[in-house]
Amino acid sequence: MQMMDQEAVAKSLPRRIAINKIVRGLFLGSTLFGLVVLAVLLYDVISDSWGWLNWNFLTSVVSFDAAEAGVIGAITGTFWLMMITGPLTMIIGVATAVFIEEYVKEGRVRTFFETNISNLAGVPSIVFGLLGLTVFVRILGLGSVVLAGALTMSLLVLPIVIVSAQEALRAVPSYLREASYGMGATRWQMIRSVVLPAALPSILTGMILSMSRAIGETAPLIALGIPALLIPLPSSMFDSFTVLPVQIYYWTIDAALNDDLAALAAATIIVLLVMMFILNATAILVRNKFQKRL
Amino acid sequence: MASSTNVSNLIAEQRSKSKRRKLEKLVPFILAGAASISVLTTAGILLTLMVETVMFFSEVSFREFFTSTDMQPLNRSDPSFSILPLLSATLLSTVIAMFVAVPVGLTTAVYLSEYATDKARRVLKPIVEVLAGIPTIVYGFFAFTFVTPVLREIIPMLDRTNILSPGIVMGIMIIPMVASLSEDALSSVPNSMREGAMAFGATKFEAVVRVVIPAAISGIIASFVLGISRAIGETMIVTIASGSNKNLTFDITQSMQTMTAYIVEVTSGDAGAGTTAYYSLYAVAITLFFFTLAMNMLAKWISKRFREVY
Repeated sequence: MQMMDQEAVAKSLPRRIAINKIVRGLFLGSTLFGLVVLAVLLYDVISDSWGWLNWNFLTSVVSFDAAEAGVIGAITGTFWLMMITGPLTMIIGVATAVFIEEYVKEGRVRTFFETNISNLAGVPSIVFGLLGLTVFVRILGLGSVVLAGALTMSLLVLPIVIVSAQEALRAVPSYLREASYGMGATRWQMIRSVVLPAALPSILTGMILSMSRAIGETAPLIALGIPALLIPLPSSMFDSFTVLPVQIYYWTIDAALNDDLAALAAATIIVLLVMMFILNATAILVRNKFQKRL
Repeated sequence: MASSTNVSNLIAEQRSKSKRRKLEKLVPFILAGAASISVLTTAGILLTLMVETVMFFSEVSFREFFTSTDMQPLNRSDPSFSILPLLSATLLSTVIAMFVAVPVGLTTAVYLSEYATDKARRVLKPIVEVLAGIPTIVYGFFAFTFVTPVLREIIPMLDRTNILSPGIVMGIMIIPMVASLSEDALSSVPNSMREGAMAFGATKFEAVVRVVIPAAISGIIASFVLGISRAIGETMIVTIASGSNKNLTFDITQSMQTMTAYIVEVTSGDAGAGTTAYYSLYAVAITLFFFTLAMNMLAKWISKRFREVY
């Protein structure tokens, strides 16, 4: 057996250690790259919108005159969309999760449901938009109204809601289930009065996070045919509507013609980001409260 | 008489019990109904895409769609349909995105899982993940109003709309996905393997490159494939920043239109239902659907097939 050449090892050692140090620095730099991009992005948006984001902008309807234009229509539309999408996905999502977790035994049926859901989660959102256009707007004849948008959006976020609700249900300790069976509860009584209340905070957290994803979605709604310049505010779910990201889109693509439109788009982005921030902060609050209770 | 009240009581009790029993039996069916919605969604997607695609291919030949290079769907007198220009744009933007997302994502994952202290990780990880939460429309705005003008300073021949800038921004968008999935794979490699390598005198970097990354390779590759799938399906960034030129080219300084951007253009434009241009949407969408589905299944297969179990 050949002995290790100690001299060669000692000679190469400083170089190897130096490489390790350099690489460590490079990798840290690459991790910070994300931070830098985030800062540049926020700086870009804030500087573009500087001076435009005021009360008038928040309370006015859209207009051909950039100085007069505002986003109250898009804000109202976004609220309408969320008011329908939220409860709808909550009910269907939780029901689906309960069915898969509590009623279906491990095996083929369960794998079938789970594979289907994970595949749906990977379908590009624009394809959901096309589904919505074909089924809700054209076949059911709804037109591009709040309800059609909300149904499309619900189908899009459903996989996310289901998966997070499943995780919430799985996290309920088994002794709670056993105890309620021990008290003579039926399966549905156990689910309704023990499992669901215990899982509710996590379900809500997942729900809020998925809404935060939904309010930023643009492509599926554009595919439904939302008008670029819509002045009347929606007052029922059968009214035409627009939402913040769609408004950003139309102002951005016209920004080449008119710099003011880029400013409007940037100001709308800030409104959208603030709404998402509020949603995420709420989700964190709900989660923290829940963690304290356990 | 006493016995008859007893009987009616018994009947009432029996009824309420059977009511509860009925509910108990009914609930699974209601829940199954809800669960079937996600199955129906998949079926609905496949069905609508297929039906309209069949309509499309009754008017345009398979051969024209997949082998010709001319794409002029809205030309009234002589429309032509070819998916190749759209495919080349999707391919190029995906390749550019992965050139950004793979190196940055993987090195971020290695730093977070191997080098960072617990404290640093707790600060850095959420920041990286914030990038994943930013809506794609905001990235599109960023690509169009910031990245493209900056790139035009460096590459003067760059068009105002081009495939390079949205490709890069898309890569930035995918970094968190690659980083967090790769980090999961890296941190599931047991510590004993790192310690073994270092006991043989390897530096940390050598241990990572020779031992930890090879051990986690299935998860890492799967994260790349999922990133590709995400890039193929990404819509808003390319719609805004890469324009609507339907030329078959591999010149990244030019305006090009991806499959997703084509769907947006035609749905938000004035191609009425029933026209060939309208049906072509579905033929493009089904191609897109199968591409992303194949990538997602490939990712699952890789992480299952090549996973080392410790």
